[in-house]
Amino acid sequence: MAILQSIKMALRSIKGNKLRSVLTMLGIIIGVSSVIVLVSIAQGSTTNVTSQINSLGTNLLTINTFGTNLSLTEDKINKLGKLSGIQALSPVVSGRISVKKDRTSSQTTLTGTNAAYESVRNTNVSNGRFLTDIDLEYRQKIAVLGATTAQNLFGTENPVGQYIQLNGNSFKVVGVLASKGSSMGQSGDDLVIVPLSTAERLVKTTSINQVYLQGKTGQNMDLVMAEVQNSMASMYPNQTDNYSVMNQQDLMSTMSSVSNTMTMMLGGIAGISLLVGGIGIMNIMLVSVSERTKEIGIRKAIGAKRRDILLQFLIESVVLSAMGGIIGILFGLGVGKILGSALSMTVTFSSSIVLFSFLFSLVVGVVFGVFPANKASKLNPIQALRYE
Amino acid sequence: MSTPMIQISNLMKSYKLGGEIVHALNNVSLNIDKGEFLAIIGPSGSGKSTLMNMLGCLDRPDTGNYLLDGKEIGKMNDNDLATIRNQKIGFIFQNFNLLTKLTALENVELPLIYSGLSAKIRREKALESLTKVGLKDRAGHMPTQLSGGQQQRVAIARALAGNPSILLADEPTGALDSKTSAEILLLMKELNEVGNTIILITHDLSIAKQAKRMVQIQDGQLFENEGEQIGNLTIY
Repeated sequence: MAILQSIKMALRSIKGNKLRSVLTMLGIIIGVSSVIVLVSIAQGSTTNVTSQINSLGTNLLTINTFGTNLSLTEDKINKLGKLSGIQALSPVVSGRISVKKDRTSSQTTLTGTNAAYESVRNTNVSNGRFLTDIDLEYRQKIAVLGATTAQNLFGTENPVGQYIQLNGNSFKVVGVLASKGSSMGQSGDDLVIVPLSTAERLVKTTSINQVYLQGKTGQNMDLVMAEVQNSMASMYPNQTDNYSVMNQQDLMSTMSSVSNTMTMMLGGIAGISLLVGGIGIMNIMLVSVSERTKEIGIRKAIGAKRRDILLQFLIESVVLSAMGGIIGILFGLGVGKILGSALSMTVTFSSSIVLFSFLFSLVVGVVFGVFPANKASKLNPIQALRYE
Repeated sequence: MSTPMIQISNLMKSYKLGGEIVHALNNVSLNIDKGEFLAIIGPSGSGKSTLMNMLGCLDRPDTGNYLLDGKEIGKMNDNDLATIRNQKIGFIFQNFNLLTKLTALENVELPLIYSGLSAKIRREKALESLTKVGLKDRAGHMPTQLSGGQQQRVAIARALAGNPSILLADEPTGALDSKTSAEILLLMKELNEVGNTIILITHDLSIAKQAKRMVQIQDGQLFENEGEQIGNLTIY
């Protein structure tokens, strides 16, 4: 018997039991759409993070400190800038501060750094100017705002030239940064940048949390990194546990392993719901087989072979799961889009995950359809005919 | 004389029913020629249904031979039996056994689907078959929109569609009133006159009498005494 004919028959039987078919498909719909939504969100944040890291260039080194045992000081750090492979460096003092403009106030991240930060971190100013060396020298009370911070405090007004309060001290806004977007739920735009010397007073510390170093070229970064590690080790002996030197490759692989784990986990959880949907299909198909025992008997009496009956039920469950899969894909794409714009997350749809979840739903249809279909095909026609 | 269409010799079939062995068919022999109109009459429990299942190739005998058009049925596997049922047997059931979700035409097409005919030929043959039973104008109706008599006509059309060697009717009038029953029987007689071989299985003597030939089944054994007393029933 032709497959096309079987598909027609399956569609007719699905149409004949609309409510039941929809309820059966619901399991697959939810499964497929949650796979798509969750994986797309995870992949979206992966691409976001990757592109951010990439935008900094491959010649960036980062020194991070942990805990309070180690305090890097500005004059020692500046010695790293004399290493042959280093083009520029920018130390960072950071902390949380309260920022206030008129009656609007909020907590935000304070970054105290130097003028080189702009090029080292590939930060662009969309309005006004960045810090200059002279600002550091004269401990100027000026600030550059992140895009979100500027938006929160000033709304549509132009912040440049206006004054804000940082922990009660008045600072003049000289510039606003271009938006960098958010990744993994963290906004890169909610911060205030002030000169390093001023920041040390504001957060009452002289110890540097982080140093960004820019290599002269993208090549031989491993060599440059070894150089930096050596001189760090000689400046701060027996402290290697309290700081780390990372290059972009390290950062990238760390981030990608984190986000891969996240993708797998979310996909796995959604996959389980697809499996549960499959069990729902099997359940309904079993009910359908026993409900249609008589029909199977009639079909067998007029010449249906085992294979015909098996195919009929198998195709029915595959058609059911395929329809669920297609609806689930559309639903998932829709929900992904809505979530992406509502929560301003980057949602990346990949055709491979759409294809994968559709194929998976087909496989679920086959796997969970085989048992009921086989049961139907094995019915004895005499007993099936007698069944009421 | 040509060989009979159906040759049954020494057929035995027994079932286990609650630990007891029931001989549903006990050494049954029967020849049926092409073009015959045969009634098999017997009370319930006589082995009538078992014989029908055997004749309809739904079941295989324990021992004995059943030759249908010269082919031995007893040795066939399920798939071959399905093919034989599809091509050589047309079933007519007591409660019509139409598929309620298909139209009359689609019901008639069903056996042709399983014989692998193309949609166009299927449609032609099914319409032709419906015309034979006088229901061409009801082709698009669902079984529930048809009367009992009409449903049985559709069932007969379905049985006829594949142009089978025999029509096997199991109590075809059992669910119909007497007027409709008469119409159905008349239709069957007409079909017999144009050359169809019909086997009618019933427990009703008045219906069995309409056939040209009658055999009685009792306790798994077959009796055929033309013009004489059969069991405790008198014929003619």
